[in-house]
Amino acid sequence: MVTRGSLCLLLLSIAPLSAEEVPSLLLRLKAVGKEGSGNAEARKAWKELAGKGPEVLPQVLAGLGDADPTAANWIRSAVESIADKAARQGKPLKAASFETFVKDRSQSGAARRLAYEYLVKLDKTAPTRLLPTMLDDPGQELRRDAVEVILKDAANAKDAKAAYLKALEHARDKDQVTQVADSLKKLGVDVNLTEQFGFVTRWAVTGPFNNVKGVGFKTPYPPEAGVDLAAKYVGKDGVTCIWEETAPTDKLGLVDFNKVVDQLKGAVYYAYSVIESPKDQPVEIRAGSNNAVRIWLNGKEIYFREEYHHGMRMDQHTGKGVLKEGRNEILIKVLQNEQTDSWAQQWSFQLRICDHLGGRVPFANITPKLSERKKGS
Amino acid sequence: MKRLSIALLALASFAQAEDFPQFRGVGGRGVSKETNLPLKWDETTNVRWKMPLPGRGLSAPVVSKGRVYVTAATGPEQKRLHVLCFDVKTGDRLWERQFWATGGTQCHPKTNMAAPTPIADGQRVYALFATADLVCLDHDGNLEWYRSLVGDYPTVGNNVGMASSPILIPGSVLVHMENVGESFAVAIDRVTGQNTWRIPRPNLINWNTPHLFQNGDKSEVVLATPNGLTAHDPLTGKELWRHTKSRPATMASMTSADGVLYSPGDVLAAVQPTGENVEPKVLWTSKNLPSGYSSPTVVGDFIFTCNNGGIVTCGDAKTGEKHWSQRAQGNTFSGSPLVADNKLFVLAEDGTTTVFEIAKEKKILTVNAVSTGDAKDAFMAGMVAADGAFFLRSDKYLYCVSERK
Repeated sequence: MVTRGSLCLLLLSIAPLSAEEVPSLLLRLKAVGKEGSGNAEARKAWKELAGKGPEVLPQVLAGLGDADPTAANWIRSAVESIADKAARQGKPLKAASFETFVKDRSQSGAARRLAYEYLVKLDKTAPTRLLPTMLDDPGQELRRDAVEVILKDAANAKDAKAAYLKALEHARDKDQVTQVADSLKKLGVDVNLTEQFGFVTRWAVTGPFNNVKGVGFKTPYPPEAGVDLAAKYVGKDGVTCIWEETAPTDKLGLVDFNKVVDQLKGAVYYAYSVIESPKDQPVEIRAGSNNAVRIWLNGKEIYFREEYHHGMRMDQHTGKGVLKEGRNEILIKVLQNEQTDSWAQQWSFQLRICDHLGGRVPFANITPKLSERKKGS
Repeated sequence: MKRLSIALLALASFAQAEDFPQFRGVGGRGVSKETNLPLKWDETTNVRWKMPLPGRGLSAPVVSKGRVYVTAATGPEQKRLHVLCFDVKTGDRLWERQFWATGGTQCHPKTNMAAPTPIADGQRVYALFATADLVCLDHDGNLEWYRSLVGDYPTVGNNVGMASSPILIPGSVLVHMENVGESFAVAIDRVTGQNTWRIPRPNLINWNTPHLFQNGDKSEVVLATPNGLTAHDPLTGKELWRHTKSRPATMASMTSADGVLYSPGDVLAAVQPTGENVEPKVLWTSKNLPSGYSSPTVVGDFIFTCNNGGIVTCGDAKTGEKHWSQRAQGNTFSGSPLVADNKLFVLAEDGTTTVFEIAKEKKILTVNAVSTGDAKDAFMAGMVAADGAFFLRSDKYLYCVSERK
């Protein structure tokens, strides 16, 4: 096991002359701000960094760890430029230093993946040697490749079912998980995709509120001030809105308001659910919807997007938050506009809770206590 | 005087007449001054070189100073963005840079993240991706600056995919990000990568590319949206005039010639801007010159359009009168037709090029085809002419077609 400390020692031994300069150059790249502020300073730092020899590459790669997305691209291109220059000058890149970096899981997944790509160019045996050890990798792309290795041979494996189950344990991307589930089904194993993906399936819903001419997106209707399942609200056109329970049976957790409620236009519905978490844990709340959405976790808004009927994709709306130990509340506002086109009628959502890779996290989905409404009504 | 110097600056930008610096070439008109181009080619004839590409792209190649630049996107969710540089003569891949998408990658399956065509202005390469990432590199692949427009304006983008290409305007590159989130047009200084000006735009889905229109001795940035056209001072973004009498297309882009702007849409409208705050004169409109994904081209007295099914229509650029229409070979058409060597080249997605004579009577001169051997491969971008060669890009390959070795 290579630690961050031992890696630093290794790097210092490789590049004693430039080791002090690289961190300050990286800091200058990371200082790039919004709307191009800091570009001139970053360009100077980039040229200086890109002018260095390949011995600094592990250090530069390590700089990706805390870089924001813009700075990460500055740093990435410096890595490529250094490597290209070394190749032109006949200075060999060292596979060993890349492999050490790839194996250091304390480094960012993106940086390790970039190092891995250079390693593979230098050492064709690397995928065979390393990918089988990366099934539980914290980096999404390396983990995906490791799962792909299993999938490639699973159908012809002596125990195909075991191979697919192993892939299922480690797969995080939707396409891989569904591919495995389909293959396992043919082998007589039903995969519960609802649980596998962590979809929330127990909801209380209320509405409709007004969204004629899109006014609903920015209008904070009463549920946004706090959910009271016993409450009655005055909704669109004066209708009385109450909370009602719904539990989708769709394997990917789809709540279809056109079926649950009605095919309304220019309308808003809210869906509320209660989550029990065994511990404090950072999570991603990921939704798919062809409608405008706003999402709250424990009363704090973590995501919004005002876009209608441009395609629904699982996980297209992602907010980040922390599930606290015990009871947590999720509220999602799903808005339907007034388009009459046949392709603009969907009014639905799916929502799941997962870690940053899309993997399962421990939680229990509690049915909202509609008994409270009955008591209060 | 100030406006005259702007015009001279603009002309200086296009001094490399043999180059193909941006979407639809010099001036964004789909007309190349290249001559002695090959008339016939196939997979084994007149293909100077053919190089593999790492991924899909609707973006066309651009050519500057003997180098051809191409963008592509790869990965299960297209999160890897590529800029590649090839030697025009040899096809050698001189360098490649990859970037991580900072914006969303959801889009309609027809398009992808490498939809906007990049720019090569003789000094730098500017590559915009549908993720709202804008990269500026020098011609050796050194990063000059990087803009994450999603980092700057977090809600910019849409779930069907952005596609408007950046264009060269004096001193800046113009990026038109008309979308359902933060919608704007922004001029970004070519050297500093910082905003020169930024103006709000309607919250509409729009993929067309702006046009730098030469209005006498002045250049004007013209933006098209379904609500109409607006012209802006290229140095300040100040609105100069507005046209609201037609509904411009969201896919096909404008072109211009001899002080007339041609705007495809519900009708093809030929408008003649006059002065500030004056609605341009509409010279003619026609419903008989339909465009699809591709944009119209004007050469001499003729205007050519092509719809998605490959129906090429020729009209009179002065009157809008239709001369003829003829189906080009191939099934579907996305790239814009190219005028070069006094001929019209129409490329279908399957790699078939129908060559038309530029004349009042319809005449197909020849039909050429390349095939990459993959039925799923597609030529989505328009053809490009530069340095005595054509450049065609499919999802998988970049072709250089030339009689010269």
